[in-house]
Amino acid sequence: MVKFLFLVLAFVSFTSQAGEKIQHWVTDNGVRVYFYPAPELPMMDLRIVFDAGAARDGDKKGVALMTNGMLAEGAGNWDSGEIAARFDGVGAVFSNSSHRDMSVMSLRSLTDEKLLKTALTTFTTVLTNPTFPKDAFERERKRLLIGLERQKQSPDAISDKVFYSALYGDHPYASETTGEIETVQAMTIADLKAFYQQYFVAKNAVIALVGALDREQAEKLVNDVVADLSVGSIAEAIPEVNKLDKADKIEIAFPSSQSHIMVGQPGIKRGDADYFPLYVGNHVLGGSGMVSKLFDEIREKRGLAYSSYSYFIPMRQQGPFLLGLQTKNESADAALKVLHDVVADFVKNGPSEKDLIAAKKNLVGGFALRIASNKSMVENLASIGFYNQPLDYLETFISNVEAVTLAQVKDAFQRRVNPDKLVTVIVGDTSKAQAKAE
Amino acid sequence: MKKLLFLASLGLFALSGCATTPSMPDMSKPIKRYADFNVYEKTLSNGLKVIVKEDHRAPVMVSQVWYKVGSSSEHSGVTGLSHVLEHMMFKGTEKLAPNQFSKIIAENGGRENAFTGRDYTAYFQQMEKRRLPVSFELEADRMRNIIFLEEEFKKEIQVVMEERRMRTEDNPQSLTYEQFSAAAYVNSPYHAPVIGWMNDLENMNVHDLKKWYDAWYRPNNATVVVVGDVQADEVFALAEEHFGPLNAAPLPEIKPRKEIQQKGLRRLTVKAPAQVPYMIMGYQAASLGDSNEDWEPYALEVLVGVLDGGISARLETSLVREQQVAASIGSGYDAFTPGRELFMFSGTPSQGHTVDNLEQAVREQIKIIQSEIVSDVELERVKAQVVAGKVYEKDSIFYQAMSIGRLETTNMSWKLADQYINNINSVTKEQIQAVAKKYLIDDNLTVAVLDPQPLDSSKPRVRSAGGRHGG
Repeated sequence: MVKFLFLVLAFVSFTSQAGEKIQHWVTDNGVRVYFYPAPELPMMDLRIVFDAGAARDGDKKGVALMTNGMLAEGAGNWDSGEIAARFDGVGAVFSNSSHRDMSVMSLRSLTDEKLLKTALTTFTTVLTNPTFPKDAFERERKRLLIGLERQKQSPDAISDKVFYSALYGDHPYASETTGEIETVQAMTIADLKAFYQQYFVAKNAVIALVGALDREQAEKLVNDVVADLSVGSIAEAIPEVNKLDKADKIEIAFPSSQSHIMVGQPGIKRGDADYFPLYVGNHVLGGSGMVSKLFDEIREKRGLAYSSYSYFIPMRQQGPFLLGLQTKNESADAALKVLHDVVADFVKNGPSEKDLIAAKKNLVGGFALRIASNKSMVENLASIGFYNQPLDYLETFISNVEAVTLAQVKDAFQRRVNPDKLVTVIVGDTSKAQAKAE
Repeated sequence: MKKLLFLASLGLFALSGCATTPSMPDMSKPIKRYADFNVYEKTLSNGLKVIVKEDHRAPVMVSQVWYKVGSSSEHSGVTGLSHVLEHMMFKGTEKLAPNQFSKIIAENGGRENAFTGRDYTAYFQQMEKRRLPVSFELEADRMRNIIFLEEEFKKEIQVVMEERRMRTEDNPQSLTYEQFSAAAYVNSPYHAPVIGWMNDLENMNVHDLKKWYDAWYRPNNATVVVVGDVQADEVFALAEEHFGPLNAAPLPEIKPRKEIQQKGLRRLTVKAPAQVPYMIMGYQAASLGDSNEDWEPYALEVLVGVLDGGISARLETSLVREQQVAASIGSGYDAFTPGRELFMFSGTPSQGHTVDNLEQAVREQIKIIQSEIVSDVELERVKAQVVAGKVYEKDSIFYQAMSIGRLETTNMSWKLADQYINNINSVTKEQIQAVAKKYLIDDNLTVAVLDPQPLDSSKPRVRSAGGRHGG
């Protein structure tokens, strides 16, 4: 037993080096740039993020996703096949994705001059000169509609949709990025073009760049990429999210062997003053994988589920605080009761001193892993930039975690999580649970 | 305490000069250094192979222990044993309480997990570089000292059944794939799913697991891989300290169960509640573990690149963009499979098209490959992607360790991964055509389709309160 107690190491100074190397500037037309030189491998990762996610959809639900998806379907003089061939031919990887807050385009390329040039010229054209061709639009619309059909066969996708809708009511975060069948059917190319013109502009963009480049090369590269973006203006503020005024329980009948359970309420914004107490506290509650309280109570002690978790998803506005699990229909009621009890107990009593110390050790000791690859660094930079986090966010992460006290966690959870006003969504064959109860 | 007992028993061995269990020869091999790759390997006297790849980019490391046991070691009636055992490996040893393993790793800032495949079971920890001793001490402990508690097993088998429901039973595409594999493989152990059939899980007991553990979890059946900011000689010394004292033992004999030659097209339908149809086609094909011609698997790798290596490849271009018969389509093949591999196509037809239309469209693409030589541009694209991919892989120590561990565990050498670019570069256009003609034929084909059944009503049935918002 004694042997396993060794090696509780103090964290050391290397963890702050990553922060010191981050460079930040703003281009002439207003793009905020975050650059991290990584000379070890002959490659670079470029990510551009616009404040143009589904929260900007308005009535045209799905338009942010479609706009993002259509950029590489036609640009300059090239059709989608030619664009793809230009990336593939030099071994570059282009990817794009659209979320509630963010619209993201990424490029990974070797830094060999000739290969990189082709990759960047293509990326730049896709970014600044998309043509939104009609045939590609019709095809992508059809594919999105099939995707919407496929969501109907996934209890996970159904519960997610119902959960967000119940949490956010008529707030923009209520909708899925994929939109609705009716809004996708009604969408036009003009909608996409208008969306692009309004939101895909320099002042609404952040660039993260990591790779084997020096500052001079990085500045030139970024300038070349964004030179043709119009200046535009930053997107208007997303409205605040209202707190739920009462608990809600929604059951959806679905012919699955498991019930998928999601529980939660609106949580916190990025940069929220309670962020660190809630983040560290939730690490104890359900955020730390195989050692969290929820994992222990649901899986270790009772064998009720394969996965059980809780997260805060901080966003531009209050992203969700959510808890979830999947269990066979017959145990849905039992598992849900345990989940509710664990949350209520945690809010009332907070974590134990021992659990809090363990969570901090995990976060502090594991920090080096969060900045160990170019891929993780470019994600960190994009998030810091997009959410206007301080440049020393990574440098101060460890001291911020270490500073969290037991009293702060308890206080923050009591102010921010109300166990009596949680939304509960259950998707599954609920008749099985009821039959068992009778 | 454990350690002292262990030394005592060794002493007894030396004195008596013989033992009831067969004595194992010294299997140690000296340190080998492969300077070009920063890779070092050493085999301890108990047969444990240790491979270290130094990568000093960041002050972190990944430590993985790979066992040569997986679902392909199992037989009918006990499918899923290797995977359930993987779960039990977290449930306590003579020194550690259930789940204490994970708590120690977590307190050391580690990320950890485990995975089971057809041909391996592997455990890993990613940590700050100085925590390697923690990983080695815990892994060496659970290599031999797991205790199988009935009450822990009873809970954990429920967890695995929940995992199976989540991954397979309630996922119509996974369900289709499982039944497809069972049809495409007849006598090969790849016939059964890694997670096991539900009925086998229901009838598994803790003694089955203990036997399985005693048979396979031995140093002479394991490979330890460490990649990261470490010094190889220090890792070897540490491995000697922790794993060195563990006993080797003869391993069970596994019959080859080489897949029979298919004698004609097989078709099956899977009915499940679903909204969107789905189709899988798989052709039995050579792999590096099941081939008479070493170049064939590499030609098949290039072929899958021509068909599906990126958005500009043939399947996306023809089936998604031009003909618009597919909403999604993909092709897959893995040369590094130890048994018979399947060259696969899977996808969803677009609106107004059927799975039959999609199958015909795939068949036409195959015909074109068989009758017309691929272009220089396509071949160069595939090769450029492979070269770039090799650089990108180096951004992840985890992936580098995976690649080494997997190859070693499936009786191929990690060096194959580093020879990969050369082997791909030497594939000719004629060879691509030759493997397409030899393997992508009806006699080797199995086709499975998902036949969507009604999902019933998905309207809210019960609402205990309204969903109104305050303010």
